Amino acid sequence: MSAPEKAGRKARPRRTSSRVLSTTLKYLCSASAFLISGILLAVIGYFVSIGGSAINWQLFSELPQARGMEGYPGGMLNAILGTCVLLVLASVVGIPVGILTGIFLSEYGSESRIAAPARFVCDVLAGVPSIVVGILGYELLVVPIGHYNGYAGAFALAIVMIPIVARSTEEMLRLVPNTIREASIALGATRAHTIMKVVLPAATGGVVTGVMLAMARVASETAPLLFTALGSRLLTLDPSQPLPSLTVHIFNQATGPYREEQTQAWAGMLILILLVFVLNLAVRFSLRKSTLKLG
Amino acid sequence: MATVIPLSGAQAASSRLPHAASTTLPPRVEEERGPARGRVFEAISRSEAFPSEIHESLLAEPAVVEVRDFRLWYARKQALFDISMRIPRGKLTALVGPSGCGKSTLLRSVNRLNDLVDGVSIEGDMLLNGDSIYGRSVDVIDLRKRIGMVFQKPNPFPMSIFENVVYALRIDGVRDTRVLEEVCERSLRGAGLWDEVKDRLRESALQLSGGQQQRLCIARAIAAEPEVLLLDEPCSALDPIATGRIEDLIEELKGDYSILMVTHNMQQASRTSDFTAFLYLGRLVEYGPTNDIFLKPRLRETEDYVTGRFG
Repeated sequence: MSAPEKAGRKARPRRTSSRVLSTTLKYLCSASAFLISGILLAVIGYFVSIGGSAINWQLFSELPQARGMEGYPGGMLNAILGTCVLLVLASVVGIPVGILTGIFLSEYGSESRIAAPARFVCDVLAGVPSIVVGILGYELLVVPIGHYNGYAGAFALAIVMIPIVARSTEEMLRLVPNTIREASIALGATRAHTIMKVVLPAATGGVVTGVMLAMARVASETAPLLFTALGSRLLTLDPSQPLPSLTVHIFNQATGPYREEQTQAWAGMLILILLVFVLNLAVRFSLRKSTLKLG
Repeated sequence: MATVIPLSGAQAASSRLPHAASTTLPPRVEEERGPARGRVFEAISRSEAFPSEIHESLLAEPAVVEVRDFRLWYARKQALFDISMRIPRGKLTALVGPSGCGKSTLLRSVNRLNDLVDGVSIEGDMLLNGDSIYGRSVDVIDLRKRIGMVFQKPNPFPMSIFENVVYALRIDGVRDTRVLEEVCERSLRGAGLWDEVKDRLRESALQLSGGQQQRLCIARAIAAEPEVLLLDEPCSALDPIATGRIEDLIEELKGDYSILMVTHNMQQASRTSDFTAFLYLGRLVEYGPTNDIFLKPRLRETEDYVTGRFG
C-alpha cells in the first residue's frame, strides 16, 4: 500500500451501540460470575457459622444417641460409613456401566440404530426426579426381599449415576479429534485397542470430571434412599440390612424437634460437603500425578 | 467419522467448465500432441469415460500397489471413476489435482481407511504386492499393518514419545524392551528426530513442536517396516522451515520405501517425486515420470494444471 493511500485512510467508524453492547455483556458476565461465587461462599459460610460449632471428634467417632441417653446427641459415625458403603457400591455398578454406555454412544453409536434411543433415554433418566428412582428401587429390591436394605439404596444411586456418567463420557470422547483414531486404525490397531489405548487416555481428564460430578451428586441424594436403604441408628456395614447414610441422617435430624439435633444436621451437611471435596481432590491429585508427563 | 469430499465444489467446477475452457484455452502453437488434447474436461462434463494417459515408462516399473478399475461412492455421489494405476516399488509417486479431485480418497482407499466412513461403497480392487486389498477373505487389520500412513495434521497419541513410536509393535504384543528400544531408535533416526528427542523419550509427545510431531508421526509409521508409505499432504499444516525438513526427510526415505504422497504443492511434487499422477474430478487424467508431467505433459489439461493456469 502506498503512503498517500495509507494517509488518506481512516479507521472504520465503530458504532456506539456495538461498543455499549460489548461493554454491557462483559459486565453482565463478570457480575454473574461474582454472584455465583458469592452465593457459594455465603452458603458455605452459613453452614460453618451454624454447624461449625457442632463439629467435634464425637461426630466422627460415636453413634447417635437418643434424647435422654448419656452422650446425647452422640455422633454420626454410622452415617458416614454407611454413605461410604453406598457410594462404593453404587460406583462399582454405575461408573463402569456409565462409561461403557458413553463409549458405545460415542464410538459405536454412528453404526447402531439403538444409539439415538439410548441417548434419549439417558437424557430422560437424568431428568427424572430422584424420588421416582427411589420408588423403582423399592419395587425391585425392597418388596421382593421383604425389608429395606442397602443394596436397594446402592441400586437406586447407581441408576441416578449412570446417565450422568454416560452422557459426560460421550461428550468428552467426542472431543477427541478423529485424526488420532484414524492414526491408530491405520497402524493396524483394532477398534477396541484404539479406544482403550488412545481415545480413553486422551479424554481421561474429562471422563473423570464427569464421574466426580456423578459421585458428588449421588453422595448428596436423599430421596432415593428414603424408600430403599431407609437409614439406621446402628453401626452396620452390611448392605443386606437397612443402611444409614449422611443425607437421611441429616434429613431426620433437621426435621426433628430438638435444637441439638438440628445443629447436628448442619454439621452433617458440612461433613458431606467436606467428604465430596476430599474425594474430588484425591482423585484429581492422583490423576495429575499419573498424567503429568503427558501434559 | 466423516471425511467430507467437497463434491459440491467439484460440481461447481464442472459447471464452470465450458466458460473456463473458452477463456483459458486460446489457440496454441503445438497442436500435434495427441487426439485427446483438450477433450478430457469436455468428456468429464458429459460424464463420458476416457482413457487415462499413462506414460509407457511406468509399465517397466515393478508395482507395489496396483489399482484396478477402482470406483468409489460416498453414499450416491461417485468420487472415483475407473482408476487403474500401478504405484512403482521403491519410488515416490505424487498424486496432484485440485481440491475435491479424489486424491486423498484414493490414498485412503489403499489402507481401507474409507471403511470407517459411513455410506462408502466401492467397486474394483487394489493389490498390495500381489495380494488383494478388497477381497472377501482379507483381514483388514493385517492389511493395515503392512501399510504406513502420515496425515495432514500431525496427530501424535497422548503418550510418551517412546510409546508413540513403538505403538505398532505394542499392538502386536511385543514386550521385549531391547527390541522396542532398538526399533524406537532406528525409527527416530530414520525420521531425523533422534538427536532432538533422545534424552526425553519418556516425555509427552504433545510437547514437541508441530514439525517435530510430524516427524514423530513418520517415525511411528515406519516403525513396523511398512511395504508402502502413504503421505496425505504431510506438510500442509507446517511452516516453511518444518516443511523443508520433512521434504528432505521424504527424499531420504525414498530409496528405502515405496511412497505414495498426496500434495497440493506443485513445487513439492516436482522437487521430490519420481512419478506424478494428475487427478481431476475423480478421474486419473495423466500419469507419468515427474519430469515429463511437468516439462512435457501429453495433455493440455495436465499442462494447464501443473503450470498453474487453473487449480
